[in-house]
Amino acid sequence: MRAFADLLDRLSLTASRNTKLALMVGYLAETPDPDRGWALAALTGELSFDAAKPAFIRKAAEARMDPQLFRWSYDYVGDLAETVALVWEAKPGANREPQLSEVIDALTSASRSEVQRLIETWLDALDPTARWALLKLMTGGLRVGVSARLAKQALAQLGGVEVAEIEEVWHGLSAPYGDLFAWLEGRSDRPSAVSPGRFRPVMLAQAIDEAVDFPRLDPAAYVAEWKWDGIRIQAVNEGGVRRLYSRTGDDISKTFPDMVEALDFEGVIDGELLVVRDGALASFGDLQQRLNRKTVDAKLIQTYPAAIRAYDLLAEGAEDLRHLPFLERRERLEALVARLGSGRIDLSPLQPFETWEGLADLRSDPPEGDAQLAEGVMLKRADSIYEAGRPKGPWFKWKRDPHLIDAVLMYAQRGHGKRSSFYSDYTFGVWTTDALGQRSLTPVGKAYFGFTDEELKQIDKFVRDNTVERFGPVRSVRAEPHFGLVLEVAFEGLQRSTRHKSGVAMRFPRVHRLRWDKSPGEADELTTLQRMLD
Amino acid sequence: MIRPEALLRPTPAGLYCPPGDFYIDPVRPVDRAVITHGHADHARAGHGTVLATPQTLAIMAERYGADFTGVEQAGAYGEAVVRDGVEVTLVPAGHVLGSAQAVVRWQGLTCVVSGDYKRRRDPTCPGFEPVPCDVFITEATFGLPVFRHPPAEQEIARLLRSVAQFPDRTHLVGAYALGKAQRVIALLREAGWDRPIFVHGALERLNRLYEAHGVALGPLAPATSTTKGDFASEIVIAPPSALQDRWSRRFADPVTAFASGWMRVRARPARGAASCR
Ligand SMILES: [Zn+2]
Repeated sequence: MRAFADLLDRLSLTASRNTKLALMVGYLAETPDPDRGWALAALTGELSFDAAKPAFIRKAAEARMDPQLFRWSYDYVGDLAETVALVWEAKPGANREPQLSEVIDALTSASRSEVQRLIETWLDALDPTARWALLKLMTGGLRVGVSARLAKQALAQLGGVEVAEIEEVWHGLSAPYGDLFAWLEGRSDRPSAVSPGRFRPVMLAQAIDEAVDFPRLDPAAYVAEWKWDGIRIQAVNEGGVRRLYSRTGDDISKTFPDMVEALDFEGVIDGELLVVRDGALASFGDLQQRLNRKTVDAKLIQTYPAAIRAYDLLAEGAEDLRHLPFLERRERLEALVARLGSGRIDLSPLQPFETWEGLADLRSDPPEGDAQLAEGVMLKRADSIYEAGRPKGPWFKWKRDPHLIDAVLMYAQRGHGKRSSFYSDYTFGVWTTDALGQRSLTPVGKAYFGFTDEELKQIDKFVRDNTVERFGPVRSVRAEPHFGLVLEVAFEGLQRSTRHKSGVAMRFPRVHRLRWDKSPGEADELTTLQRMLD
Repeated sequence: MIRPEALLRPTPAGLYCPPGDFYIDPVRPVDRAVITHGHADHARAGHGTVLATPQTLAIMAERYGADFTGVEQAGAYGEAVVRDGVEVTLVPAGHVLGSAQAVVRWQGLTCVVSGDYKRRRDPTCPGFEPVPCDVFITEATFGLPVFRHPPAEQEIARLLRSVAQFPDRTHLVGAYALGKAQRVIALLREAGWDRPIFVHGALERLNRLYEAHGVALGPLAPATSTTKGDFASEIVIAPPSALQDRWSRRFADPVTAFASGWMRVRARPARGAASCR
């Protein structure tokens, strides 16, 4: 428990990705099995326990101290696990410190009443940092800024392998990952990736650098298609196992049962998940209604019917197609989609062009006349194999509007006229990092349009529910790395400005979409904007 | 016995004593003030008369200038001063140099106004002395049980371990200019660190004042050299605000620490102007 607590503590105190990575690699290298495997599972959100409910933890703390003092302390700290970790009176020598694996075993197998007794003895034996780590582990909110992706990178570094290799085997593994570590440390062969329905690491495109890339690339070697504005998915049906994955390999089947039901093929399709109503593509806002929902009901499915626009075919039946050139895979894909004849799975059509100027014309002429439906164009070398990661050269994306950033809502102000009862004017900010590595938000602009009436209601509710302070008609709202609202802001241009604290002024900023799916910590840095200047 | 409110009562200007006609740590300029210690949330400039320990008077003069008050009245620890029949005695509070509890006695009633205090040992000031009393008016800065500070010596040992572990890096310690900085320095000396300690310019005047009042801090040097790398394996002490700005960039790959009671709570990081620690 000690090493795990130290790891969490140090992860929570640094904002630097490289430091986090180094801490994790160090921990994984030094900690024996099975503790490190459980820690990995905890960090990647693979663990959850029903036996340890927050209400119980709170009750245990209140039984040990004055309940009013506890309430004041909780008010002050604002986080249950941390409050209890701080106020709990340790009993030195009361017990020995538990091993992480011992804690996990107990939490998964002991009865509820046993667990509750155990928790108290553990808390008695641990110091505040370890108590905090234990409570965070039990309540499932580690929030130390480690994504599954970062954890996989740490594993890759540990074993000196590519991240894609980790991703390839990841879905066939389960905690505490003894076979994975054995492979990474050269003690055994690579664990089998052949589990039906598994995720295949996704191939991604590089952003094109117009000045450098176009002069050296041959337009005849590439094909183009729209970069549809939905979410990139992988749809798998293998040996009766149907799965829908996000591009990072998260299993999102439960969120889209209607789509899973429609996967009437044998193979693996790479495509874009969209909402399609009566054959017409809806905007990303409609798709967002279906994301991050705990429950999916028939009405939701009916109102926002999901569909897949297919880009690529990675496997057909038992045959892996990833080593074939793009156009060959494309032929197989076209045949499969035609055979399927499904209203729920169609093709992303290739867009003919002959010169880069022709491609530029295409890019500025959005599909179905609606700029919201596609973010730009994709360029794929006709002979490119399907290669995991973001290889340099075979695939490029060329977004139509280069001026898009993810910002965090900081302040909201009441609107005027028809909108005077809504908080409809928004000040948003991006991150800056000071010399200490501390990140904070700096306001960079204001936007008061770009959203639908429905979205306005949602933002207004968010503002009212999460007000931190009021200044007349203005409210500041919660904007923390792990809590807050991310706005994708579109704007026409950027200028230097001495009047703004950020040093930049945006022209014509508007809310492009609400990113309920992103946490504020993932929003852009001010340096991203500074690079757009000139 | 008389009611305590007759002797001390809260007012908008601060805690007021009607029979003695004075305020304790008033927040507004008043005619007669008793000041418990030199932190800015207790000691303000512009009062008519200030009764405080000689060390607190010196700190106020250093911070606000020699004309910080009309009349200075020094009250040594334990020495009773009578104002209109009310007896005021300043007793060590163990918080910072010169810090005192104000013991107020009148017609058989004893009230103690603690000011900021701590009961742990501090090499830079005399320890807290309990005084039997009828009413104890206490600060509760770290009163919530979420604040359980580890022994200071243990934290200093951690710092020195880190210095030994990372000899190529500078150890940068954020500490408030009055009290915390000198306590860290004195504890480092007790732990055997006898190399020069490098200090930010904003700490120099108060360090000198401490030394003038008999608190030995050992060899100190300004942290102003121009070349990076000079400070590898050294300890540098600076006010917390300096760690956030350009000043700190001169140190290569620093390990940063804060000597502050507030830092224990991770969900509430570094509040702006916590003046007490
Ligand atoms: Zn103080």
